[in-house]
Amino acid sequence: MGFERVYDYEDGKRDWSSFGLPREGRIAEQPSGGDVARADVPTCLLSDDLSAVRRRIRESGWETCIVVNDYRVVLGRLGSKAIASDDDESVEEAMTEGPSTVRPSIGLDALLKRMQSKNLNSLLVTTPDGKLVGLVFRSQAEERLNPSTS
Amino acid sequence: MKSIRREEVRRLLKEGAQLVEVLPHEEYEEEHIAGAINIPLKELNRKTAMQLDRSRPVIVYCDDYQ
Repeated sequence: MGFERVYDYEDGKRDWSSFGLPREGRIAEQPSGGDVARADVPTCLLSDDLSAVRRRIRESGWETCIVVNDYRVVLGRLGSKAIASDDDESVEEAMTEGPSTVRPSIGLDALLKRMQSKNLNSLLVTTPDGKLVGLVFRSQAEERLNPSTS
Repeated sequence: MKSIRREEVRRLLKEGAQLVEVLPHEEYEEEHIAGAINIPLKELNRKTAMQLDRSRPVIVYCDDYQ
């Protein structure tokens, strides 16, 4: 048809939305996990000193810390018990490996159902290649979906 | 037609590329990449392609990972 530069985005719109990139349409207007994820969740590296990490997290008021690598790929999670503990151990020893994650494009209602069925208070949102987007709290999802009843 | 990845799509969009979703109208209405227009594959012909600017790159896409 006379077009000189035509490209095929093979991975298509599911790839695009799974990375939380801008979308339009009926589904896109509904809140997603990526929309409400707290990107300010504290992070640390495997090589960080755990006692210093614990001190920083306690002072910040958070009860969790996400362990990432230099590319912000999630490796594990320090939960409230690991943060509250004073055991002499490394970040790697204290963290829970391979925490459950969801993609940014997941609908907030589906995300809430998943947290309810698995009895989770929060869930990590990552891109398909494992990079941290943020943390969604169950209470936050409930508030967003049912603002009058929360 | 050259296959490209997400980062290349983003780069080309910054340069003024046009995005075309070739899925049916219903799927486009449900969700599409921001700024994309819809020309379903079955309707793609010289006439429908006239809405595109030939001087700018065109990126076509459909749904997802195969």
